Amino acid sequence: MDIKLKVDASGLSCPLPILRATQGMKTIAPGELMEVVATDPGSVKDMAAWAGSTGHTLVEQDSANGKFRFVLRHK
Amino acid sequence: MDETISIVLFSGTDDKLMSAATLAAGAAALGKPVKIFLQYWGLNAFRAAGIDTDHGLAPEAGEVGKAAVDAAARAGMATWMQTLRMAKELGEVDIQACSASMDIFKLKQSDLDPLVDGVEGVAAFYINAGEGQIVFI
Repeated sequence: MDIKLKVDASGLSCPLPILRATQGMKTIAPGELMEVVATDPGSVKDMAAWAGSTGHTLVEQDSANGKFRFVLRHK
Repeated sequence: MDETISIVLFSGTDDKLMSAATLAAGAAALGKPVKIFLQYWGLNAFRAAGIDTDHGLAPEAGEVGKAAVDAAARAGMATWMQTLRMAKELGEVDIQACSASMDIFKLKQSDLDPLVDGVEGVAAFYINAGEGQIVFI
């Protein structure tokens, strides 16, 4: 998987993970992938809601050791 | 999802300012236009001289609440001002001062932090809110 941009939102609380994701999406082109890593458990529902609302696609998501990882495709 | 979210920010303690900033930033990230209407103590908190001072917490915070909020700040949690600045950079966030409150405090727009975009009355606020949701804090 060709990740264009990695965003580390670890240690940040709501709403910063989705703000960082919004910031990141502005720097990549349609079709490109961005990975976001967060530690805020709320980011699991938030990232899905954000992707659904903005039209970007959440293509992959997993969690390990208190970290939540999301891969999103720019619409 | 582009219906406007309008936030009437009446309160001026740091916890309620943070609540408003969080709601504004979240809506901006979702691509919704955000309007913030500053009244009374909310407006008072946006004075250029003193915007970054301690605005205290709502009375229900008590000692335990204050300790928790202080610990979060020490751990590097973004302030309401930083959160609002980021929201303005990322999305469409317009902050207007209530003209009646400006009058009460004898303020001019030049007395306010540049985060504030202008001054308007309640009719303009309602017209700009349109059919979108209005939140009062």
